[in-house]
Amino acid sequence: MMLLLEILSGVCLLAGSFLCITGGIGLLRLPDFFSRVHAAGLTETLAAPLLLTGLMLQMPWSLELLKVLFILILVMATNPTASHAMAKAALHAGHEPKLGDGSEQGETSSKA
Amino acid sequence: MLTVAILAVLITMVLALVRAFSGRPSVYDRLVAANLCGTKTVLLIALGGYSLQWHSFLDIALLYAMVNFVGTIAVMRFFEYSDAAEETDTGGSV
Repeated sequence: MMLLLEILSGVCLLAGSFLCITGGIGLLRLPDFFSRVHAAGLTETLAAPLLLTGLMLQMPWSLELLKVLFILILVMATNPTASHAMAKAALHAGHEPKLGDGSEQGETSSKA
Repeated sequence: MLTVAILAVLITMVLALVRAFSGRPSVYDRLVAANLCGTKTVLLIALGGYSLQWHSFLDIALLYAMVNFVGTIAVMRFFEYSDAAEETDTGGSV
């Protein structure tokens, strides 16, 4: 049973670490503000619960486990809200989403 | 395995700081980078506090998560309705 919990915890922590670094690279490399918000927001929302679940699986039953659970719930509630609010604020302030030249779909849209 | 997770969180914080400072980031790029860095700080405090057996650090992580969200929303509201956001260049690719 303990070995199973260790393996599950390791898998969760490794997947969370991978998603963390993916989100950081996406934030650094993507060409547009909205795509950067998408990279940061999506990976954050999955990486933080995975890392905290991996931490929770290593803990004994205690009040600390409940605190980590509260952090998890709080992060899952506030992170998508903050990402959505930032994308909305940027759109309101005049940022335009960067569109392609439409060559894949045959449309003629203006290149940002 | 906790060490690997802590290293990944630190690498992500460095990437977010590079995003916030280099290139030509707009105000909102910096806000996204600051929000990402704050969330990573919550994870770093929780993971590091547990691996060092400092159990009171989990309270600090909980508080930091709340303050990070409220601070991001407050700074974002400030720039959304002020003219300071239009003065910076909105291009910004590394």
